Amino acid sequence: MDLMIQVNDVHFDYLSHEGQEIAALNGVTLDVKKGEFIVIIGHNGSGKSTLAKHLNALLKPSKGIVYIKGMDTRDQDKLWDIRQTAGMVFQNPDNQIVATIVEEDVAFGPENLGLPPEEIRKRVDEALKTVGMDKYAHSAPHYLSGGQKQRVAIAGIIAMKPEIIVLDEPTAMLDPSGRREVIETIKYLNKHEGITVVHITHYMEEAVDADKVIVMEQGRIVLQGTPEDVFSKVEVLKEIGLDVPQVTELAYRLRAEGLDIPLNLLKVEEMVDAICQL
Amino acid sequence: MLRDITIGQFFPGQSSIHRLDPRVKIVITFVFIVIIFFVKSFIGYAMILAYMSLAVALSGVPVRYMLKGLKPLLFIIALTFFINIFFTSGERVIFKFWFLTLTREGLLQGIFMALRLIFLVAGTSLLTLTTSPIALTDGIEHLLQPLKVLRFPVHELAMMMTIALRFIPTLLEETDKIMKAQMARGADFESGNLFQRARALVPLLVPLFISAFRRADELAMAMESRCYRGGENRTRMKTLKTAGRDYIALAVSALLVLGILLNSYL
Repeated sequence: MDLMIQVNDVHFDYLSHEGQEIAALNGVTLDVKKGEFIVIIGHNGSGKSTLAKHLNALLKPSKGIVYIKGMDTRDQDKLWDIRQTAGMVFQNPDNQIVATIVEEDVAFGPENLGLPPEEIRKRVDEALKTVGMDKYAHSAPHYLSGGQKQRVAIAGIIAMKPEIIVLDEPTAMLDPSGRREVIETIKYLNKHEGITVVHITHYMEEAVDADKVIVMEQGRIVLQGTPEDVFSKVEVLKEIGLDVPQVTELAYRLRAEGLDIPLNLLKVEEMVDAICQL
Repeated sequence: MLRDITIGQFFPGQSSIHRLDPRVKIVITFVFIVIIFFVKSFIGYAMILAYMSLAVALSGVPVRYMLKGLKPLLFIIALTFFINIFFTSGERVIFKFWFLTLTREGLLQGIFMALRLIFLVAGTSLLTLTTSPIALTDGIEHLLQPLKVLRFPVHELAMMMTIALRFIPTLLEETDKIMKAQMARGADFESGNLFQRARALVPLLVPLFISAFRRADELAMAMESRCYRGGENRTRMKTLKTAGRDYIALAVSALLVLGILLNSYL
């Protein structure tokens, strides 16, 4: 399988307000294959957003190399190809919508790529349909809900036909129903459009269906693997102060009480099966 | 609600005036403003009135909507009217009272000035009522294109206007939120003299400014990540095209200009 993202021992230092050098990333190595769904979890300040910005060449590593589909992010000539290949969705939907009309905003990216008007029209219509916002094509963004605005932002990215979408806590500012809308859209893109997804979040539930979960802490990757592997390490997660999904938490407590329940449970149905087999 | 405020008061519609090319509308409005100053007789104003009535009727914008736009200017119109009436020197005195002299010339001048103002406001508000802000920005960007030769940042100006329009409702909403948050903590925005009220705005403006800068920073990053690199090589989804109705509008406007010039100088 093709490697879409290669992060090789990346360090990133920045100067704080007091002039101290702070290491936001401290030797991160990571490979993402085509079509994978990766979830990165961690605290505020764990370096997960900094890592995300490296994947779009918004930040360049102080040390180490990031390759996006074989392109080095430090290569200035490849900058726009990289940004088109790896689209990025940010946390606050209000601060990434540029135009006053939904379809105009979705057209912003393709317009920047210098595509002919008919092609832009086609892509905008397709992108809005994909995220289920075609009914709102002529609305003003400020009349939409948070989840809808975030879907418009996603449409704006997929209209550029990226192969990777990096989402930097896209659900952090949304209510539960908005969060569900966005997660479903992301999963749809991954499954049906074959887009590689790197989803950054602090909601553990959103990591359950991922192909790979990466846990970051103090600029390092502390755990990575399938959701079952990662969440079964309940002690490690608790030590760095992260929660585990509710079902895993229940399994952990039942085990602590001496019941023979496996720790790699993530979903309610799995728990029901396990308890019935006791 | 604060968020319902629209700048320029766009009146959505699909009329033939709405669908005119924004470039054509801007040019016509500009010519209209200039030609008003060439009108020197009631016949000229009758022509202007006929032209305006035709445009308003075609646009489908209710007349009371147009009149509402004139309301805030009533005072200025009245002031201009009275100043012109009493301070224009003339021969034929209608009456004299203390230091005020009303002459026929003054009366005419006053009426003309008031009409001029009314038509100026009505003409420009018809432009903003029938043109969405985004179309207006597009039109301005295209019309200013020749200034690019002089290195005038035409694209940047248009982009700034678009972003400003986009963030007006967002920032109004935010102002509302901060105001409520500060009121919940005992801030008083409504009492006291002018000085005290101005001071009370500080706890509103400081957070608002900080947040506006943060938004600007995030927006810039989001725009960059969507491959924005200024106006070069950028295409547009909607290109402006002139149609038959644009030429008709231009022809009718040219007739008006001709009529007024003939009326005033022949």
